[in-house]
Amino acid sequence: MKTSAYYKTKKFTVNTMIHLLLLVVAASCLFPLLWMVSSSLKTQEEIFRNMSLLPAKLHFENYYHAWMEGGFGRYFLNSIFYTASVVIGIIIVSSLAAYGFSRLKFRGSNLLFYMFMAAMMIPIPGSFVPLYILLNKLHLRNTAFGYILAMINVGLSTSIFMLKTFFDKMPKELEDAARIDGCSKLGIWRHVALPLSGPVLAVVVVFNALNVWNEYVLALIIFDSKHLMPLQVALTTFQGEFITRYPLLMAGLTITAIPIIIIYLLMQKYIVKGVTAGAVVG
Amino acid sequence: MKLKSTLENYLFVLPAVAIFAIFYIIPFIWVFQLGLYEWDGILPTKTFVGLGNFREIMQDKIWWQSMLNAGYITMIALTFQNALAFLLAWACDREIRLKNFYRMVFFIPPVLSEVVVGLVWQWILDGNYGLLNNWLIQLGFPNLARNWLSDPKTALTTVAIIHSWKGFGWGFLIFLAGLQTIPKELYESARVDGANAWQSFRKVTIPLMIPVAVLVGILTILGTMQAFVLIIAMTGGGPAYHTQVPVLRILASMRGSSRFGYACAQGISFGVILIVISFIQYRFSRKARQA
Repeated sequence: MKTSAYYKTKKFTVNTMIHLLLLVVAASCLFPLLWMVSSSLKTQEEIFRNMSLLPAKLHFENYYHAWMEGGFGRYFLNSIFYTASVVIGIIIVSSLAAYGFSRLKFRGSNLLFYMFMAAMMIPIPGSFVPLYILLNKLHLRNTAFGYILAMINVGLSTSIFMLKTFFDKMPKELEDAARIDGCSKLGIWRHVALPLSGPVLAVVVVFNALNVWNEYVLALIIFDSKHLMPLQVALTTFQGEFITRYPLLMAGLTITAIPIIIIYLLMQKYIVKGVTAGAVVG
Repeated sequence: MKLKSTLENYLFVLPAVAIFAIFYIIPFIWVFQLGLYEWDGILPTKTFVGLGNFREIMQDKIWWQSMLNAGYITMIALTFQNALAFLLAWACDREIRLKNFYRMVFFIPPVLSEVVVGLVWQWILDGNYGLLNNWLIQLGFPNLARNWLSDPKTALTTVAIIHSWKGFGWGFLIFLAGLQTIPKELYESARVDGANAWQSFRKVTIPLMIPVAVLVGILTILGTMQAFVLIIAMTGGGPAYHTQVPVLRILASMRGSSRFGYACAQGISFGVILIVISFIQYRFSRKARQA
């Protein structure tokens, strides 16, 4: 007969092992970021010698140099501009479409909706090749507008899916009341449907914002001019040109990562929701 | 009046359909057309080569090498990364201290961009001044220190491990959501029936998690086979062709050798392979669920 002390010890051991595993993995997730920030605060000479996490002195001027000379200030504003424009575009275009698919009757509505859904499932690796040709033909290559339109398209299907699922479950009574009061369809979309869809809109916003901020390959092939580049492309370009200027590169990386981490910490709830919703789609 | 109302309804979906038609459908059709041509992307004339590009792909050794490389990274992601994700999700699916903290931290690598992750790890793994080698030397293993990303022997595995590091948080969240849908009563009744922890794990948790595992598996395969930005940031596909992957080859065909037709043909062959793989896994999972 095993004693209760045996079970207690066993349970304690198992619990300790579990905690140890979780702690080690959590540390591995955080440490590279701490190392990045630490490296961004060291001097050019120190960075190759001082292997401690704490810099001898905190050289915040690296950020100034990265922002001004490294051009990361410009790239940062570009990234902000692209992210904001694409997200606003997606919200308007996809909520209009989702409302149409959910509430309005017209021929071919199912067919069109399934077309968007099919696009979510079919992988087209290398779709950037024809997109490059297309933007070239439309004279939209190397323009902010071309990039924004292409990125709106990238987020469209998933956003329409999430919003339509939400509208389908929304009670119709409020809309009926608004209609009786003489509200137009567009007015109902604007004043009834959109305000009610706050939580799902938050998921759509956060998801697309992360997606655009982190996007790399379209920006790489669309932009030739340095002054149009977003952060992600600028980072690899900078690394190629100034391969040894690690403190500035690390400052640039930190500048790129911080907004994402802040958004993530503030909106974690919506991101978790989006991941699980996205998984259901797949 | 009725007609006007219907037209109005179309207007709601018009912007979305227009953008989708221009930026998705047209490029989609062009891929299939261009795959049959030899074209440098600049000159107005294209040369029709029929299936020539596809025949060339069959003999393109670097292309198939890149396919094998992506397959290798995917195998590591399917086993190591997903096992870790499941283990951590299982560990967090209980009353445990710091649960929310872990959940928050594990999803930090997935929200960061591949460029940021790639460049930070490249710095840590640097052969001369990297932190990892420094630690290995300090700990008394100087012969383990190496140029992790430019040594042909370690480059691909290193890339695969960093890829897993970046990605396990996705699987973790999906597994955790799946585990939380298992009703606690099932565990209760298993215990009443005399099952120990291992038995209830095998008889309750595992069968109910198979669909979730298949889902995570499909997402892992599709995601990992197509991953390439992390590799651009870490190795650029080198040393030699040791960390080349298919999408990197497509990009190289387009930008490096200006062969747009060949790039499209590569895209088609790769897309077909991906669809076949996910279809097989889907069928396989339906069988597993019925059994």
